[in-house]
This record gives sequence, C-alpha cells and structure tokens, in this order.
Amino acid sequence: MKRQAYDFFDQSTIPDDLCPIATKPSPMLPGDWRSMRPVVDRAKCVKCAQCWLYCPVQCVVERPAWFDIDITTCKGCGICATECPHRAISMIEEAA
Amino acid sequence: MSAVLKPKSKFIVCDGNEAAAWAVAAARVELVAVYPITPQSSLVEYLAKFVADGRLEADLIDAEGEHSVLSVLQGACLAGARTYTATCGPGLAFMFEPYVRTPGLRLPIVMGIVTRDLLSPQSVWGGHQDAMSVREAGWIQVYCESVQEVLDTTIMAYKIAEHHDVMLPVNVCHDGNYLSFGAARAELPDQAEVDAFLGEKNVNWHAALDPRRPMAVDPLTGGAGGTGPSTFVRYRKGECRGMQNALSVITDVHEDWGRRFGRVHAPLIESYRMEGAEYALVTIGSMTGAAKDAVDAARERGDKVGLVKVKTYRPFPVKAIAAALAPVKAVGVVDRSVSFGWDCGPLFQDVIGALHYAPQRIHAMSFIGGLAGADITVGHFDKVIGRIAELAEGKGAGAVPGETVWMNEKD
Repeated sequence: MKRQAYDFFDQSTIPDDLCPIATKPSPMLPGDWRSMRPVVDRAKCVKCAQCWLYCPVQCVVERPAWFDIDITTCKGCGICATECPHRAISMIEEAA
Repeated sequence: MSAVLKPKSKFIVCDGNEAAAWAVAAARVELVAVYPITPQSSLVEYLAKFVADGRLEADLIDAEGEHSVLSVLQGACLAGARTYTATCGPGLAFMFEPYVRTPGLRLPIVMGIVTRDLLSPQSVWGGHQDAMSVREAGWIQVYCESVQEVLDTTIMAYKIAEHHDVMLPVNVCHDGNYLSFGAARAELPDQAEVDAFLGEKNVNWHAALDPRRPMAVDPLTGGAGGTGPSTFVRYRKGECRGMQNALSVITDVHEDWGRRFGRVHAPLIESYRMEGAEYALVTIGSMTGAAKDAVDAARERGDKVGLVKVKTYRPFPVKAIAAALAPVKAVGVVDRSVSFGWDCGPLFQDVIGALHYAPQRIHAMSFIGGLAGADITVGHFDKVIGRIAELAEGKGAGAVPGETVWMNEKD
C-alpha cells in the first residue's frame, strides 16, 4: 500500500453518530472481485502504451519489451483489450 | 479583515431580503453560492452587491442551478468555510438531492427560504408550501415574523447550526412578498459585538476535505448484513439527537442575543395574551401581526382568546406547544400551506400531534389561508376567532376528519 503524506485522521476523537467518515483503507483490492483477466500476447505487443493510457486503475506495468498487467489491482474491466490496436490482449475467464 | 459594519449599531430601512444580506455580511460568511428565483432574487443580488462593494469578503459563486448551489456549499463547508445561500419554491425543489444529504453530513450551512407557494397552478407569490414540503428532511427550520427578526435570526442561525451538540443546517424562512419586499426599520448590530457573539468558527471538525486529515466522507453505510443496519441506525439517531439538542441551543442562543443586543425574540414559540385564554389561535410567520391585532380587538370585546406563534418549526417544540395550549378548550391552527393527504394544514397536523400530550382532549380545527400571496387580514382572523369560540362550546367538535376552513375561498 502506498504511504500517505499525512497520518489518517483519528476518528475516535469525534462522536460516532455524526457524519459517516472512513479513515482506514479497505484491504480489499479490485482484483478480489474480478471475473475476467487480461492476458498479454508478448509476440503481438508493440508497446504502444494504449492499454497503459486507458486503464482506469493504472494496473498496466511497463516491461522491457511489452506491457504487463498487475493482476492484484486489475478489476477485469477489459478496456485494455478493447482499446489495444494490435489485439494483443485477450480476456479469459477466471477459474471459479 | 476590515470591519464590515460601522462600530456602533445603526438603523436602516430595508426589506427582509436586504436584512438577510446584511446579516450574512455581519456573520462574515466566506462563501456564498447563488441562483436567483422570485421572490428571493433581490436577496442574492444584495449579496452580490455587498461582495462587489467589498462589504462582504466572500467568494461568490454563480452556479448553473440550485442543485449545484448547495453542492458547492457542501464542498466549501467540508473545507471549513462559513457558507450561505437562499432559495425558494421550484429552486428548492431542484435542490432536493443535495438538500436531503446536508443534514446527514452534519454540515452547519445556513440557507434562507423566502417562502413561496409551490406549483401548480403557476404562482410566484408567497405561501409556505415549499418549506413545508421539505419539513422532514432533517434541516432546522425557523420562521420569522418581522424584517428585524430576519436579520437577527440569520446571524443567530450560524451559532445554532455550528454548535457542536447540534451540527445541522438551518433554514431561516421568511414570507415571500410580505417580508421579502416589505420595508421596515431595522437595527444593524455592531460588527465587533456580532464577532464576539458568534465566536470562533469551526465547521469541519467532524468531517473534512483536508489533505492533512485524510478521510473518505460519507462512505457507503447500511445494508442488510453485518454491522450495516446498526451503523445506519446509529447515524439516524445521531441526527435526531442533534435535532432535540437544538431545542435548548435555540433557546440559549436567543437569550444570549437578547442580553447582548437588547432585542428579545421568542425562540421556540411565543405565547401572546394567553393568560386566562379559553381558546387559542396558532400562527406561523408574518401572518402573526394581523392575528395579534385581531386577538387584541377580541380581548377588548371580552372574548377569552390568546395566540401561540410557532417560530421554530423543526425541531417541533412538542413540549412547549402542549404546555402552552394545555389550559384551552379549543385551538384554531392557521396554515399557509396544504397537506394534501390529510386535507388540512401541515402545522395543524403537528399541533394536534403535540396536543396528544396535553392532559385533556382539546378540540382543534385547521384553517388554510394566504395561499399564493393571498392576504390574511385582521378580518379573516376575526372570523377564525369566532369559529374557534364555537368550537370551544362544542359546535362541530370531534368530527373525523375535522372540517378545514379555506380562509380566502370567498375573497
């Protein structure tokens, strides 16, 4: 988890029946509820970075000769596969 | 920051809309978001002028509609600013989504409602239908009787809203046309005294848009599983607690105001000539002046009639109303709005609810008048008093549903 610039607000200092606030990040990652996962075909990838630009959760990771997916963060939306001009990304079903 | 007002209080002649703008300047509001709508328009025009003249050092945001106006205020309040807007009628209707969210966020925003009758039939005139339609949204609602009361109450509203035991938004309601455009003499309080009265501002100690206090504001809460239901109930009960705390805070703040500025306004309800009264009128807003004149005349004739004016409508002062009306035999409640499902006025419903806590059965009748700017004259109130006198003797009492009298039906 990324380090915060400031410590989270100490919620215990205010009454717990005022405005709901959340000060602890949820441990759940987008990848925890993914139903489809993107798989990159390294032979087709030309490293044009379209997937990197379009990914809404910034889970596309740069490799020396291709772009890969950080599968812990990827929520499986498939935007990268749709946007890839070289059809280098395919979506496959996660095992149940 | 330069002084907004002259060091000593001074007298001006202004209408209720200008009075509210002067109050906003005196409260040193930091952000005002506006969208004009009749009969509120001149109020926000005065605010724009005060900002342009340097009299009010605030950011003024011309939003594209009332929904955005209140959303802007929510963000500014979460960032720590003292905020103000005013609206009415269809503007309030367009504001409904952020309006219902504000009390749950516990943001001490102050908003004037220059009350206007609602559509349809098309109308741009006064009536309480707009404010009454949102009476269960969780905002504190106070109704003013005079121009001076608009000015004083708008300043007091900040002290009430920002009190840490309350932390709820406040609507200062003043009657469209009658108070918005009716000019009267008003005293502007001394700026230093207003500063001392309001004290330190801290509006986002509980929920903030502040990088140094990172938090998610209003995350998804509730649902049917786990701690969802109990958490949701806790916050709902918190709002109710703030509302009930407001009853004593409103009383204290009005007393404090009276001590400092020499003008005493009844905080929750005002009992007028209730000594020895056998029956009573219940009024709200600017109609009360004519009603008091009618009560005076009736008393001169020997009629044992009194009057109870409701200033604080939400939270509804149930105990104060029950106690004030306990000695009488019959009550006539005059509304400037309609509860369609009950075929009576909404204030009437609240009053008969409060009368449940009186020791004996008190007959009550709903009178609806002043819709869409119609006049409620001393003559109208005279007829109302006559009808309540009959009710006190048992005539027409106990009918379910009670007979509702439409005061302007034959005007």
